[in-house]
Amino acid sequence: MTMAIMTETETTENRTSATAQVDLPDEKRDPPATIATELGATVGNVRCENPFVVAENIDVYYGDNHAIKNVTLEIGKSEVIALIGPSGCGKSTFLRCLNRMNDSIESARVTGKITLDGQDIYGKGLDPVALRARVGMVFQKPNPFPKSIYDNVAYGPRIHGLATDRAELDDIVHRSLERAGLLKEVKDRMDEPGTGLSGGQQQRLCIARTIAVDPEVILMDEPCSALDPIATARIEDLIDELSEDYAIVIVTHSMQQAARVSRRVAYFHLGLLVEVDETDKIFTNPQHRLTEDYITGRIG
Amino acid sequence: MNGLATTREKVEAGLRRRRRTERVFRLTGILATTVGVLFLGVFFADLIGKGSSAFFQTFIQLDVEFSEDILGPGSTVDLEYADFDGLARSALRRAFPEVTSRGERRELNRLVSVGAGYQLRDMLVADPALLGARRSVWVPASSTVDMFMKGNIDPALDEALRPLSDPQIGWIKGLQDRGRIAKHFNRALFTNGDSREPELAGIRGALMGSFYMLVVTVLLAFPIGVAAAIYLEEFAPRSRWSDLIEVNINNLAAVPSIVFGLLGLAVFINWAALPRSAPLVGGLVLSLLTLPVIIIASRAAIKAVPPSIREAALGIGASQMQVVFHHVMPLAMPGMLTGTIIGMSRALGESAPLLMIGMVAFIVDVPGGFSDPATALPVQIYLWADSPERAFAERTSAAIMVLLGFLLLMNLTAVIVRKRMERKW
Ligand SMILES: Nc1ncnc2c1ncn2[C@@H]1O[C@H](COP(=O)(O)OP(=O)(O)OP(=O)(O)O)[C@@H](O)[C@H]1O
Ligand SMILES: [Mg+2]
Repeated sequence: MTMAIMTETETTENRTSATAQVDLPDEKRDPPATIATELGATVGNVRCENPFVVAENIDVYYGDNHAIKNVTLEIGKSEVIALIGPSGCGKSTFLRCLNRMNDSIESARVTGKITLDGQDIYGKGLDPVALRARVGMVFQKPNPFPKSIYDNVAYGPRIHGLATDRAELDDIVHRSLERAGLLKEVKDRMDEPGTGLSGGQQQRLCIARTIAVDPEVILMDEPCSALDPIATARIEDLIDELSEDYAIVIVTHSMQQAARVSRRVAYFHLGLLVEVDETDKIFTNPQHRLTEDYITGRIG
Repeated sequence: MNGLATTREKVEAGLRRRRRTERVFRLTGILATTVGVLFLGVFFADLIGKGSSAFFQTFIQLDVEFSEDILGPGSTVDLEYADFDGLARSALRRAFPEVTSRGERRELNRLVSVGAGYQLRDMLVADPALLGARRSVWVPASSTVDMFMKGNIDPALDEALRPLSDPQIGWIKGLQDRGRIAKHFNRALFTNGDSREPELAGIRGALMGSFYMLVVTVLLAFPIGVAAAIYLEEFAPRSRWSDLIEVNINNLAAVPSIVFGLLGLAVFINWAALPRSAPLVGGLVLSLLTLPVIIIASRAAIKAVPPSIREAALGIGASQMQVVFHHVMPLAMPGMLTGTIIGMSRALGESAPLLMIGMVAFIVDVPGGFSDPATALPVQIYLWADSPERAFAERTSAAIMVLLGFLLLMNLTAVIVRKRMERKW
């Protein structure tokens, strides 16, 4: 057993170093003749029909660490796109570029251009606060505020002044909880602390909190990694539902989840965007050796 | 198989050693705690043994005749110059008619405190109808009588070596036989300012001085300290400057307090020309002293707020300011308050810097404001500890007990604040 794993790692390494030079045909595994092995340009299709978020030539550095290398990607209106790739490849980093959450990391430096509905989000006139009202984020670990369930959901609308009176706010809170599929469970305990809910409920509370400000894009960084399969299924249903109105970018380590919820998949590797394509295509007919290795479980 | 057995053996061999180390460590811990508690116990026992007697004070009952002798010209009582002491003296003489010689009378008069005259004056002021009447009044005995009553003067000692003469002891015995001398609760200790006479000296002035100073300190140090901590933690860009400031603040917390006193003397009194000995200046100096403590504690409290909460708030579009005031502050508040209270209790116990700004003066009046001359509780302790009279020794211990009581109260408040405001997240 140990032996088998050893050889596997070895071959992977060999292949990576080989691909770095030239397109070497691998005689052993007779791949389709078209498969790419080169690292550099993204294969597949980074463009989409109805682009809403457009990232052009993004590079991110954490000090000297070049975490994202020249990534270009379009994200369409009301589509779900999944970012996949081995740990440390830069999925979260890329995601956090889209709502400028990297601003709060002092060592982080972002270059390139990202537009949201045609507007440059790193442009001079744009306030990250306003941006984050349009691009919501759900984090890996549920992080409700240590406040009541009601206040958790009402917080966003309150600070952005979305409701003029209490009734309107009540309405937003109820609608958001309803859409997040949590209302039934919490409608009698709105004043209890959000931190007292179960992990899955907390994550749905965080989703409700995010959709309460009615964003245009929702970023989700491994939203189900701390959840059991039932809670995961609920959240996946929710993503399906939300995808009618929102563009959703979801980072996930689960191929099945990517296959279930997303329309397109982007595969990252060591800071590079290796391949982007329709979900079906990625999982049945990947165009890049690394993508294939990853989805078949040979990397990661 | 073989490997497994040896692993277990190795673990078990090691386990014995680990258990032994643990036992030794525990014993050391118990020993250290015991020694600490023992020291504390000895300290408190000594303090209470010496100081508790100061809470009671000897009084002598006199039948005072508010005779009209004290009336000045125009049949009015001149409160400044009327001879109220004379009223007490004549009452005492009436109690001991057998004492006739001048020398003996003078000795007899020394049994009663000079406070008796003040007390009679105050009675007359409160009720002018007393003039011409006769009342039975408990007046304070002098401190030597008090010391004798508390067993601190040995009557068996040679007369020349003790502050009370044989006839004086005889009169005290006489008063005792008639039930006219007794120990009552020492209200003067809490209502009077400092005095040269131990039986009249109280801590009211020092307490009020400390109170005014702490008010100034808390009003200045808490907002400034918290604001500085928030700025440094949340807004200041990390640079060589902020590192420098950080190092300096940490150093400042360790600067000997007397240096702050010198600074206060130079800046607040010599340069800004604020009044000497005033609680205002004391409070300013103590603010400087407690600021680093508050800043450090507040920064630690802010740092302890989980980053996930900050990210959540930022991610939903809160501005940096809203993140701080809606999320970070409520969570950091218990820690900030605890730091402040601990800083305040340090300020309450400080005496060295106050010496430098003239708060060590002998001040009889209870301060009525922030710029009145005042002293502070620890400085009062220092002053009394320096006094030669035996009666001041017990007052020193009593003042220490009061100070410790306040410190205990403040630290208890810190614990309660922490317990009540602490929330889970
Ligand atoms: N705050 C940070 N400061 C410095 N380096 C960082 C920081 N965050 C991430 N990095 C680095 O950037 C690279 C990409 O990290 P990122 O978190 O984006 O990976 P990821 O794909 O999300 O991984 P995972 O699947 O484990 O979450 C890593 O090499 C990581 O060490
Ligand atoms: Mg990540």
